[in-house]
Amino acid sequence: MKPLKNPFRVRVRRLLPAPLSPGSPVAEARGLRVRLGQRPVLDSIDLTARAGEVLALVGPNGAGKSTLLAALAADLPAEQGEVRIDGRPVTDWSPAELALRRAVLPQSAALSFPFPVAEVVRMGRAPWAGTERADEDDPAVASAMAATEVTEFAERPFSALSGGERARVALARVLAQRAPLLLLDEPTAALDLRHQELVLRICRERAAAGDAIVVVLHDLGLAAAYADRAAVLHGGRIAVVGPPAGVFTGELLGEVYRQPVEVFPHPRTGAPLVVPTRGA
Amino acid sequence: MTTSSPERPRTDTTATATGKPRRSPSFALTAGLLAALLLCCLLSAGLGAYSIPLGDVLGSVQHRLGLGGAALDRVGESVLWNVRLPRVALALLVGASLGCAGALMQGVFGNPLAEPGVIGISSGAAVGAVASIALGLNFFGNWTVTVCAFAAGLATVLLVYALSRSGGRTEVVTLILTGIAVNAFAGALIGLFVFFADNAQISQITFWQLGSLAQATWPKVLAVLPCAVLGLLVAPFYARKLDLLALGERSARHLGVDVERLRIVLVLVVALLTAAAVAVAGIISFVGLLVPHLLRMANGPGHRFLIPGSALGGALVLVVGDLAARTVADPAELPLGVLTALFGSPFFFWLLRRTRRKQGGWA
Repeated sequence: MKPLKNPFRVRVRRLLPAPLSPGSPVAEARGLRVRLGQRPVLDSIDLTARAGEVLALVGPNGAGKSTLLAALAADLPAEQGEVRIDGRPVTDWSPAELALRRAVLPQSAALSFPFPVAEVVRMGRAPWAGTERADEDDPAVASAMAATEVTEFAERPFSALSGGERARVALARVLAQRAPLLLLDEPTAALDLRHQELVLRICRERAAAGDAIVVVLHDLGLAAAYADRAAVLHGGRIAVVGPPAGVFTGELLGEVYRQPVEVFPHPRTGAPLVVPTRGA
Repeated sequence: MTTSSPERPRTDTTATATGKPRRSPSFALTAGLLAALLLCCLLSAGLGAYSIPLGDVLGSVQHRLGLGGAALDRVGESVLWNVRLPRVALALLVGASLGCAGALMQGVFGNPLAEPGVIGISSGAAVGAVASIALGLNFFGNWTVTVCAFAAGLATVLLVYALSRSGGRTEVVTLILTGIAVNAFAGALIGLFVFFADNAQISQITFWQLGSLAQATWPKVLAVLPCAVLGLLVAPFYARKLDLLALGERSARHLGVDVERLRIVLVLVVALLTAAAVAVAGIISFVGLLVPHLLRMANGPGHRFLIPGSALGGALVLVVGDLAARTVADPAELPLGVLTALFGSPFFFWLLRRTRRKQGGWA
């Protein structure tokens, strides 16, 4: 059946994002302070996510990783300072324009009604409806599902999936959005070993294609192996930011996590391995 | 009504992940509902204490439209045009409003148990209507009852919404308990108005509480037509956004939905539709719960079919229900609200049990 032309269809005037050159800033936080209720959760945050780069946010529970991600996603208002996406303060963008520029994977994937997996992934294409890039819908959905290995349960209802499968479907939806900034909140939390690696390989591929990736990770080994830079958060501030090999030192991590750790290079790749100091 | 989403024109084909277009059953279902609805309208127009053969009904309608056909005798013409047809028209409007309001409300609350009757919106609107009767208000003429029902219904939706949400989501328990509280309070207010009303007003108010279409007239149809039609026309345009809202408020916002605006518009639409239904027919519960659920089972939860489909299904249920209410206990007439509650409550009970089992306890 041929889709009918809808007479009510309005071509929305939306500013589409222009392609970015590698290394140019996609999202920036400047002097950012965020309060949740009465509690200040983030303070004096200066951070830049650059095109073509994977930036990992690490730190102990309650350090403010998810809050920082939410602030970069324009979910939370800044009490002081500002967040800019694609060169403009986030408050200047409309929700529809922001959706063309950043995709967000939340910590837990919920769905009120049992939509089939393929339709959930297709929801990621909603921001592009009515734009010239709506033609990419089918290939974007298909390739996102293939990359996250969820194609085989395309027709199953989302509610019938296991936790790890749901997490991958949620990631597929975010990838299908094809935004130049990806904000992922613990994408590996519910996943097995193989799929943890898969997800971070996808991050690398997207970065190589010119996107900026900001990913909250608990596994320091994963962060060290896959991130270009890591920001270590501690008590709502950035303790240090830089390439993992430089910033993941036993002294710093031991202090931030209040747990002595040993850091040594991987015998083959040289990437830092972080292991808690345990009794012999 | 057919789906015409402003953003995505393809309604009946959904491309699967493999790229092959798949014909969804929504087209067949819509056609089936429309056919059943037409048939039941004709049956309902013909059947009753004064029975009119189907052919004569069609003939008379043709005659009035100036397309040939023949008028009935004087009594027949009067029964058909002054009693039966306004009643059928009212059943269509009220049913479509209730079905659509149910589907919208479930989408907005992200909760499959939300329904105007269950969570107290209908009672709230009834308070407004009863107040206008008991106090003898008449500031908008024919539309007074509808306007009062709308104002009170809107206030109730806002109240329930504010009370039952915490942390951006609505839990089943909170929603149902809020419904109990709101229903109880509305019941008390209605009781107060009854206490102060005179006898004529009391019989009018009692009719409300049972829910019935027995007093259908063309002026009543006109009194709710604008509310119902406006609500029914606006609702399908938000189908796509309601789909996204199923992901949760945050994720919907990340996909470009202005959640605050969506919520305000839809709460207004729900209040409009519920007020339209309650203003003429009193409280008819469970239609908005039953119809969207059956359609979701048949065709999945996508709102582009669900919203117009629920309007059609609601209209069908009410036309059939009203026909049954008029004919099963002939010559007496059952109140329609009693009938829908009789069938709706066990269904609601089953749904509650199923929801509890699925979510592993109350959530």
